[in-house]
Amino acid sequence: MASLIIKNGTVYDPANNVNGEKMDIYIKDGKIVEKAARGAKKIDCNGKIIMPGGVEIHSHIAGGKVNSGRLLRPEDHKKLVMPKTKLTRSGSGFSTPSTFMTGYLYSKLGYTTAMTPAMPPLMARHTHEELNDIPMLDKGSYPLTDGNWFIMRYLKDGDIEKAAAYAAWLLRSTKGFALKITNPGGTEAWGWGKNCKSLDDPVPYFDITPREIIKGLAEVNEMLGLPHSIHLHANNLGRLGNYETTIDTIKVPSGTKNKDRQTLHLTHVQFHSYGGDSWKNFESEAETVAKAVNKTDNAIIDTGNVTLDNTTTMTADGPMEYYLQSLTHFKWMNRDVELETAPGITPFIYSPKMSTAAIQWAIGLELGLLIKDPWKVLMTTDHPNGGPFTRYPRIISWLMSRPARDEMLEKVNAAAGKRSSLASIDREYDFNDIATVTRAGQARSLGLSETKGHLGIGAHGDVAVYDIDPDNMDPSKDFKGIEKAFSAAAYTIKGGEVLVRDGEIVKVTYGNTYWTNPHVDKSLEKEVLSDIEYNFKRYYSVNLANYPVQDKYVKNPIELKIDAQKVGA
Amino acid sequence: MQESLSKRCTVASDVVCPFCGTLCDDIEVDVKDNKITDVRHACRIGTAKFFSVLEEGRPTKPLIRKNGVMVETTVDTAVKKAAEILKKSIRPLLYGWSSTSCEAHAHGIAIAEEVGGVIDGTTSVCHGPSVLAIQDVGCPSCTLAEVKNRADLVIYWGCNPMHAHPRHLSRYTIYPRGYFRERGHQDRELIVIDVRKTDTAKIANKFIKVDYGRDYELLGAIRAAVNGNEINAEVVGGVTKEEIQKLAEKLKNCQFGVIFFGMGLTMTSAKHRNIDNAICLTKDLNRHTKFSIMPMRGHYNVTGFGEVLTWQTGYPYAVDFSTGYPRYNPGETSANDVLQRGEADAALIVASDPVAHFPRKSVEYLAKMPLIYIGPHHTPTSLLADVFIPSTFVGIETGGTAYRMDTVPLYAKKVVDGPKGVLSDEEILERIYKEIVRGK
Amino acid sequence: MEISKLSDEYTKATAICELDSEDMTQLGIKDGDNVKVSSVAGSVIVKARNATQGPHKGMAFIPMGPWANSITGTGSDSTGMPPFKGIDVKIEEAKAEKVLSARELIKEVYRGI
Repeated sequence: MASLIIKNGTVYDPANNVNGEKMDIYIKDGKIVEKAARGAKKIDCNGKIIMPGGVEIHSHIAGGKVNSGRLLRPEDHKKLVMPKTKLTRSGSGFSTPSTFMTGYLYSKLGYTTAMTPAMPPLMARHTHEELNDIPMLDKGSYPLTDGNWFIMRYLKDGDIEKAAAYAAWLLRSTKGFALKITNPGGTEAWGWGKNCKSLDDPVPYFDITPREIIKGLAEVNEMLGLPHSIHLHANNLGRLGNYETTIDTIKVPSGTKNKDRQTLHLTHVQFHSYGGDSWKNFESEAETVAKAVNKTDNAIIDTGNVTLDNTTTMTADGPMEYYLQSLTHFKWMNRDVELETAPGITPFIYSPKMSTAAIQWAIGLELGLLIKDPWKVLMTTDHPNGGPFTRYPRIISWLMSRPARDEMLEKVNAAAGKRSSLASIDREYDFNDIATVTRAGQARSLGLSETKGHLGIGAHGDVAVYDIDPDNMDPSKDFKGIEKAFSAAAYTIKGGEVLVRDGEIVKVTYGNTYWTNPHVDKSLEKEVLSDIEYNFKRYYSVNLANYPVQDKYVKNPIELKIDAQKVGA
Repeated sequence: MQESLSKRCTVASDVVCPFCGTLCDDIEVDVKDNKITDVRHACRIGTAKFFSVLEEGRPTKPLIRKNGVMVETTVDTAVKKAAEILKKSIRPLLYGWSSTSCEAHAHGIAIAEEVGGVIDGTTSVCHGPSVLAIQDVGCPSCTLAEVKNRADLVIYWGCNPMHAHPRHLSRYTIYPRGYFRERGHQDRELIVIDVRKTDTAKIANKFIKVDYGRDYELLGAIRAAVNGNEINAEVVGGVTKEEIQKLAEKLKNCQFGVIFFGMGLTMTSAKHRNIDNAICLTKDLNRHTKFSIMPMRGHYNVTGFGEVLTWQTGYPYAVDFSTGYPRYNPGETSANDVLQRGEADAALIVASDPVAHFPRKSVEYLAKMPLIYIGPHHTPTSLLADVFIPSTFVGIETGGTAYRMDTVPLYAKKVVDGPKGVLSDEEILERIYKEIVRGK
Repeated sequence: MEISKLSDEYTKATAICELDSEDMTQLGIKDGDNVKVSSVAGSVIVKARNATQGPHKGMAFIPMGPWANSITGTGSDSTGMPPFKGIDVKIEEAKAEKVLSARELIKEVYRGI
């Protein structure tokens, strides 16, 4: 924690309605304050833009399937290596970078917080071990609940309070931050090689539908008062015509309300905006999906852009990964987790010459440009599924520049222009929009907007400075310059300490791990715990005592205690 | 720990056994006056492991070779000597790792990176070929209670769990009652495929004897039958066409099948191509039903070493840091190859016994170079050591993380104090690392 | 497996060669006799034992350990995995010769270097 004075920069702080104002930022002991601290170091950012440190809401950077992805792709690692330096550890990996390297790469982009969105609870220990080895960032992880036997049973029986108590126990046991749902119900069906093909397709033996799971968990989430909403990877990812499932899904939790944020965060929606009924007539339905997102007041999305790279897909959507490898015949890992979920991994090559990949690329951008409110359409690549996060600067340049998109439309398969509306979209993001979709919006969605994603008083001193002179630079024309500037932060500051200077690491630190700890009524907790004990003895492969993640696994924890004792009272 | 009837006896429960990849976590250990007096639920070998901490003549002081004789010294001196050997060396080999904690692994990897050495695990001589196959074709798998709850067909191919993973069948695969298999073994079928009728084969519903070195052909023939193709030989690998076709039907028509495999496939003739074929068979079967495959990892934390090395460097074993960044090329950067090409000029051996387990030629080279050995007992490797630093047993005298064969991570806790003055692998390696970077 | 590798117990369990009964008859030996096992890499004296998981005529099993490895060859076929199994060997009776302990074996084979 340090003190710093950032002078003369042009500040973009959407959460505080600061839109390109030249002003100074003062950090004292790691926090943003009103006045300069005595003896604080000064950096002059004249001719540069200032944004809050980047906040990543959905990136597969730590855990069992991420590591399986690394194991699976030694050929990928040769493409990008980092030698050891005096300050930094070595690493390798283009689409699946090793842990130390992941932290350094994010920090060079100006990011200071990153969440890994899919943690199988039984393997939570692994996720935390990896998070501990990711430097430079504050982090957190979302435990998966989609195929969870306890959740499905309780919701089926109408025991919403028990479901809430179990979810609270799960967050506490896994030291998780938010409730993640991936292909609800489908991941349990995959235990038999099956899937849930629609929101109303019941899970074999458990006889609950994906719709009921989503609705129930949305309610549970708000009952517990968690900072983030449910984080949902909808059913039918990647399937032709899945836009209908997406539109339907948006409506599912409409009964639940929260005054500060969405009650549904729908993730990597590019993969869920597909029209057509064969890969030959595959087309974008981004317009339809964007309309629905524009209309809704309870859901926001992140995009899951495709970057047209040779990358690695990895999700907890086992049936989808199987389907994908049946199309490509590439190598494929499957890692079903007992009573919980079903991760799968397979490489994918989004070749720009391929019509499907070109359309997918277009869809990601359409969503960003057709959804009017940037607070509702956060930028991700679902790293590494759509492409590596190191491509963020490129995506920023596409969003900010019509000429950049036109240039791409010339290069990629013509289907991108013909079967999407991208070619007709003039809109260009400004820096305020970028700051919203890469920081402010992400922090608000996560429920961390008090300290993250903004530069007002009380925020953490997490700041990114980019070598862009907004008075002398036209992002629309100089899109290459935009990509270059966002690829190597002039300064990345975390807690007031300068970690990156001109794209090079100058200091290594390790950040905090956020986790939520809601407590429901004690007698309800006790009741549910006895259910948990009963089921562990019979059906899990580990003893209950060995399941919760011990304190030692979370270095530098920030525990968000939540009083949810009215649940079950 | 609960207080038991006798005041000075405590019972540790939910203890994780640090022996094999089955990583049982239901062990109970009685401790009285810091001595283990009883072990319950563990298999014969696991029990022996717990009691081995009481072995007579267990080394408690570091040793350094002086004029051909090993003399006692202090931890500090031994650590300094070890650091000196590693710093001076041009291409040190850091090998072993399978019988220690992930926390120790992290320090070992840091040392290897710092000195630009080659770091390799026992995977190299065990399931390395499985990793090579996975890197070519992938691996459809699951955690062990998926088998317990769902499997109605279990195959052990080229492995003998009755000997090497004694509680595997009773904890996870055949005997337990599962959610969907309420009658336990009565709801399941066990098939064993091997070159001889092993003790596991003796309790199987069906034993298929395959000719030595012919697993690859047999796998290919089964795949042909599963995929509806003709088998154009009467007998493949010692198994008749009819039996192969019958087996293929059985595999296709089960509800949930799983293949566990071992050294019978990794070490014989086609090596990684055997595993490749077995994985592809599993993939083929997923077109008809649900099928998984899993390697029977031997040591209790060989999987953990692979995990830590992969997340820290990108590669699961045979990592060469000599260029400053991690490089991986089994066959070139694997321990036996580095040794047999005469490249390694010093060795740090931790938690393994290559002098007992490596082929003759490799050991000839190990015998010629300065060798640092860290482990709890005297072994054939410690006989050749120039520096020997005794350490504590993870999961008994020191806590540490270990990953089960299906990659589930557990914390193996401490149940007794180790001998006075004996440090853990983790502490020793950390000290060696600090000594190496001191003054830099 | 968890006994000290320098103990008599380990030698008894590991410095052995399980042979099919037909092979033993052919060699003119019985359970407990010493045999000499030779490959291109070298030779070793171990105790013959009746096959416990036979029959397997033409195949001998020596448990993993320094005795087996003293006759294991070089290379790894570019896989990293040495040729631990499938070693072509000649087996002869060696009733008059001694089985070395692990310590003695290592001294003789390696410390001579």
